[in-house]
Amino acid sequence: MKKFWTILIILLIIIIIGLTFAHKHSFSSKPTEEKVLLGAGSTFGYPLYSKIFDVYYKKYGIKINYQPIGSGGGIRQLKNHTVDFGASDAYLSKTELSEMGAPVVHIATCMGSVVIMYNLPALQGKPPLRFTPGILADIFLGNIKKWNDPRIQKINPGVKLPDMNIITVHRADGSGTTFIFSNYLSKVSPQWKKKVGYGISLNWPAGLAGKGSPGVSGLVEQTPGSIGYVELIYALQNNISYALIQNKSGKFIKATLSSTSISGNVKLPADMRVSITNTPEKDGYPISGFTWILVYKNQDYAGRTLQQAKQVVSLLWWIIHQGQKWTTPLSYAPLSKAAVKNDESIIKSINYNGKSVWQNNHKNNLK
Amino acid sequence: MNNLNADIFIKKSHRNIQIRGNKFSGDVVFKKFLFFSGLCIIILFLAIFLSLVLNSIPSIRAFGLNFFITKVWSPPDRQFGALPFIVGTLATSFLAIIITIPFSFSISVFTGEFYKEGVLSNILKSMIELLAGIPSVVYGFFGLFVLAPVIRTLEMKIGVLPYGVGIFTSSLILSVMIIPFSASIGREVINMVPADIKEAAYSLGGTHYEVIRSTVIPYAKSGIFAGILLALGRALGETMAVTMIIGNSDFLPHSIFSPANTMASVIANEFTEATGTLYLSSLIEIGVVLFIITGIINILGKIIIKKLMVEI
Repeated sequence: MKKFWTILIILLIIIIIGLTFAHKHSFSSKPTEEKVLLGAGSTFGYPLYSKIFDVYYKKYGIKINYQPIGSGGGIRQLKNHTVDFGASDAYLSKTELSEMGAPVVHIATCMGSVVIMYNLPALQGKPPLRFTPGILADIFLGNIKKWNDPRIQKINPGVKLPDMNIITVHRADGSGTTFIFSNYLSKVSPQWKKKVGYGISLNWPAGLAGKGSPGVSGLVEQTPGSIGYVELIYALQNNISYALIQNKSGKFIKATLSSTSISGNVKLPADMRVSITNTPEKDGYPISGFTWILVYKNQDYAGRTLQQAKQVVSLLWWIIHQGQKWTTPLSYAPLSKAAVKNDESIIKSINYNGKSVWQNNHKNNLK
Repeated sequence: MNNLNADIFIKKSHRNIQIRGNKFSGDVVFKKFLFFSGLCIIILFLAIFLSLVLNSIPSIRAFGLNFFITKVWSPPDRQFGALPFIVGTLATSFLAIIITIPFSFSISVFTGEFYKEGVLSNILKSMIELLAGIPSVVYGFFGLFVLAPVIRTLEMKIGVLPYGVGIFTSSLILSVMIIPFSASIGREVINMVPADIKEAAYSLGGTHYEVIRSTVIPYAKSGIFAGILLALGRALGETMAVTMIIGNSDFLPHSIFSPANTMASVIANEFTEATGTLYLSSLIEIGVVLFIITGIINILGKIIIKKLMVEI
């Protein structure tokens, strides 16, 4: 028996040492295959990425292995140097940027918007309801509790709203959709900003939650009197009808691919870390946003070759130009002109040993 | 005839032992192999536990014991408290156990004592085993699309907010999911009650019901309890089905009809998108808590099983 315990204790020590060692050095293996790029992150952008990466492979023979493990996972993998690029639906906050160890740049790849769906059996087949930003915030804050609230009735004249409790439905998993939606509510409602704030997951003041867009739309379709939010692409693909939202200039806007693109025609900051919710554009849909690919600005890390850096840069350049062609057929909104321009200068700033990779690349391509 | 067979068997194995019973052959290797396998389990267990604890250090440092008593779970503010999830997990699991006991108990008595053999018994047994084989996502869909509307109608009748999903719905689905565990073990132990004890009870003039009540159940109760315990362990850790029908609301539930959230669900929901060290390590700490709670319940169960054991 004594022997058994000695063995056990020795083993325990080995495990602890092993774990601490593994903890420090985990995920430090780096992608070395030259013709393969690795990416991970956003599930929202996955249908688009898998399509355009396939096209890219057929055209240039460079395989891009993309894992849709979620934005948070993509950022973690980038930080651990397991992937060449991460994809995220939310831009990194200042604290998160500083946790990355080295400067990271954001390249917007396409746009999406978030639509409001609801379940009122009495209004089936009728034209969609209209919401003002204030009403939307108060519904999700739990301040407006009934569907026949005078405020909702006032902007929906001629609609007979039922005397039903409002049940709000939100995303249970962390999501870029939540980020865009809560960012919008923070801009239009001071109370929301103070009480809830914005992020990919939140401390919600009320309501039910479902996992993923299917979870949310499932709960909304199941629960009479409920209201929830899903991304536009999901609503379009599943023939879900959704509400009109009043934008900053007072117009009630239906979310479409073009009204989403229009919303991005605003003054964008140079680093593209921007939310374009509550756009001032007259015909822009107010609850929209970008999705980003994240790479390290200095590509000479963790033993990466110039070749790898060049491949990443060419891919990014291709995505924001030729790649945009595939956005509309897949129900994503293409980047606005202003966004492409900013992206270009960010891509040009990516460097290897202090030299812009793009410049090098461009010259080589001309040869 | 049986005796003859047994005799032959014993003789055969005896011969085997004599031929191969060499000190340095099979016996030793076999024993070493068993020892190694057992050790692997211990190592695996410790390694999982330790890696969970190591990864949750940032959260343990930041919140300490407050983690277990705070009810705010707010990723934007980096405030994490697991109380609502602990309550949600325990509430759904124990409610499920309470609902499942009458059914699984009747099933085990029925298949273990009344209809041990025959077509009906075989159909029943294989159906119960099939229940265990249904993927939990199917249970989840069933709960969301079939059970939730029924519960909603019920909730409208008794005048609570008609969510349809919540603790009660999850517990109902969970109770169906865990029936196979408690029912099969219950049946086995009831089957194992020695015939001579039962015959003695019959010879004293007991009816079938009296024999079951006064002889079979007291003899089998520790085994039946073990089955319930196994079922409870399953209920505590169930993720997918519960996630789909619990409503995922991060509040302390105030009635059995309110939506809630469980530890396994919150991990499943938020792990992929958790950015920031503190957020991630808080989720891992929830994993540690689930680990420990399951452990405590198992140890308590073992003690109770020992107390219930009939000594003969």
